[in-house]
Amino acid sequence: MIEGLLNGLSAAFSIQNLLMVIAGCLIGTFIGMLPGLGPMSIIAIMIPVAITIGDPSAAIILLAGVYYGAIFGGSTSSILLNAPGVAGTVASSFDGYPMARKGQAGKALTIAAIASFAGGSIGALLLMIFAPMLSTVALLFHSAEYFALMVVGLSAIAAFAGTGNVGKAILMTLLGLVMATVGEGALFNMPRFTMGLMDLQSGFSFITLAMAMFALPEALFLVLNPKRSAQGASGKIENLRITREEGRKIAPVIGRQSIQGFFIGVLPGAGATIASFLGYAVERNIATKEEQEEFGKGAIKGLAAPETANNAACTGSFVPLLTLGIPGSGTTAILLGALIALNVTPGPRLMIDEPQIFWAVIISMYIGNLVLLILNLPLIPYIAKVLAIPRNYLIPFILFFTLMGSYIGQNNATELLILVGMGICATVLKFADYPLAPLLIGFILGGMLEDNFSRSMQLYDGIGFIVDRPMTLGLLVIAVLLVVIPSYRARRAKARQEGVAEGD
Amino acid sequence: MKFTLGRRAFIAAAASLSLAAPVFADGHKVVDSIHFLIPGGAGGGWDGTARGTGEALTGAGLVGTASYENMSGGGGGKAIGYLIENADSQHGTLMVNSTPIVIRSLTGVFPHNFRDLTLVSGTIGDYAALVVGKDSPINSMSDLLAAYDADASGTAIGGGSVPGGMDHLVAAMVMEAAGKDALNVKYIPYDAGGKAMAALLSGEIAALSTGFSEAVALAQAGEVKIIGVTSDERVDAYGDAPTMKEQGIDTTFVNWRGFFGAPGLPADKLAMYQEAITKMYDTPEWEAVRARNGWVNIHNSGDDFKTFLEAQEKVIGDLMKKLGFL
Repeated sequence: MIEGLLNGLSAAFSIQNLLMVIAGCLIGTFIGMLPGLGPMSIIAIMIPVAITIGDPSAAIILLAGVYYGAIFGGSTSSILLNAPGVAGTVASSFDGYPMARKGQAGKALTIAAIASFAGGSIGALLLMIFAPMLSTVALLFHSAEYFALMVVGLSAIAAFAGTGNVGKAILMTLLGLVMATVGEGALFNMPRFTMGLMDLQSGFSFITLAMAMFALPEALFLVLNPKRSAQGASGKIENLRITREEGRKIAPVIGRQSIQGFFIGVLPGAGATIASFLGYAVERNIATKEEQEEFGKGAIKGLAAPETANNAACTGSFVPLLTLGIPGSGTTAILLGALIALNVTPGPRLMIDEPQIFWAVIISMYIGNLVLLILNLPLIPYIAKVLAIPRNYLIPFILFFTLMGSYIGQNNATELLILVGMGICATVLKFADYPLAPLLIGFILGGMLEDNFSRSMQLYDGIGFIVDRPMTLGLLVIAVLLVVIPSYRARRAKARQEGVAEGD
Repeated sequence: MKFTLGRRAFIAAAASLSLAAPVFADGHKVVDSIHFLIPGGAGGGWDGTARGTGEALTGAGLVGTASYENMSGGGGGKAIGYLIENADSQHGTLMVNSTPIVIRSLTGVFPHNFRDLTLVSGTIGDYAALVVGKDSPINSMSDLLAAYDADASGTAIGGGSVPGGMDHLVAAMVMEAAGKDALNVKYIPYDAGGKAMAALLSGEIAALSTGFSEAVALAQAGEVKIIGVTSDERVDAYGDAPTMKEQGIDTTFVNWRGFFGAPGLPADKLAMYQEAITKMYDTPEWEAVRARNGWVNIHNSGDDFKTFLEAQEKVIGDLMKKLGFL
């Protein structure tokens, strides 16, 4: 193991490979900022380049750089423009965007960069030590457990609705779940709820919905409510630095979420999105009362949690890829394709047959994360300046960005009509004070929830899997607790307040 | 999630997502330019096939320039409709498609079928295979059939397609040919090949119906055992895998990919495209693209293509009727 590690190190630290990782990080960051071009498509674009390099280690290092860069770039558009380009960064916008609006864009990006770095590096460390053992963990979950995990994810909505109107949040979640059923699902031969429209055949696309729910209403809000835009467009990028007190606050969050996120990432059917939602929900639930109030309004913990978890999960998803040859996400599926094209077959024998490749991948994760941090920290003030653009220019820019994002994935002009239609509905809902995030979460989780549920029903000829599989039951109990505990705490706090009032 | 595509598609696409650079007059140019219409998004299996073919054709100098257009929607139906509606202006266009055009026109996902288009040529294909995990007690089709006879409900077969989709049909076809009732086969669908493979290794399903080339990669890694291939004879790429036929199960299946032109494509144009594709097989450029993607050359031109598609439509149609999808 030590010898392989040293080989990997010497491979990774050649001049050529360092240039690769720097180029990869830069390309990834800048392309990743464009919504619609997530890590998956950027890696796909870079693969021909990587293959012409020929040397598998160098190619993988380049792609790893692109991967991490793209994840960070995605967070950037989430935080600055409320335009999450991939599902994994949706949760980052919950608190990241309010921070940016408060004039703390620089700080938000710094926290995102540090949290990503920590999540990725701790994840890589766990991967290095536990990868061979974890291959069995990756196979522990059956469809029944994935179903239960999605329920846990949904119950986390209680956390998002915390301060607002719970009824409205539940309504929006249900709407999201309903929207997830449109189109040809994985389990049914026939399209559902498409109203005969061919363009709805494959359902609503995530990116269109995310733009319609988040970015478009924001842009319209800026037009309709000039006061609001004036507040954000002050252009001052103050407070770039994180104070010692803030550091102390987010350190435990980063520690917990690195580990939790990593283990969720190890499961081939879960991934970065679930990890980021659960990370956000868990941190909110265990935060103190005062801190809970802050969540959703620009809490640094609320930004650090999903950012750490989603990066740790991305690293975790390499466990099934490298040890079993199973891609757990679209991105790792693309990477698998690249590895096979380079004549490297991931699987249990990779570590034995080609240890230098295995270690090069792991070392490249460290370097990728580190280079990203070094490159991006000085760039943050310039990136954050996007918000200093006068609104006459910024609004068309956001609109262009949004439209392009939803068009680029599918090359389908109908997406634009859907985007605008939904964007208008979302703006109306926003005015009526309905939270839009639960809708998107319901939509993202809905498909997986349904697929895993009906698969389990089929396998067990009924609902029996809930009792037959103790892990499923355990996860469902956790889901119930996630809903019950916050409301119980709220009620107790209320009762105590009343008690105090009486005591006076 | 809606945006995770099959692993098979990615493997094909990942390696071939490159822009073909125009290479001019090599002396043996057959066609000036081809516009490829791709009925799915960038990065899918169709995308990889069209771009890989375009790369080989232009690289070898058989075609002057190649351009590409992705038009997803309606399970491919949108692009088919577009090609038919604008037939007169689309004589320079070739649309890529594959086995699903047969399946989806049968189920009525779109109103057209392959007869509404000009058949140019089937170019590549992949066989299907049934695989089991490396620790499974099942070692052959007869073991699987014995397990099925003992406990049909506990012997679930998974796949990466919807019920009534390709992986399901292959599993049903094999079980029918083995004298079992396909209706009793418990088929569990997954939305991506990778997840289906994870389910197989975790023991959730007893066997997996998948593409042969994908199965080979995992068999070589020691993850799975291939217990049956739907080819006539053993395939060189992995000679250890027995065919269904040699185990007494008389069935074959090819998941083909090929190209179609607009209806009413002039005969001279059609002949030109077919000539370019036929010549392509002998070029080193094609061999490089083919090997990189693990494709199998299965060339059916013109009338042969039609005969092949009609036979496949008949087999699949009968099976789907039996399964209650039609």
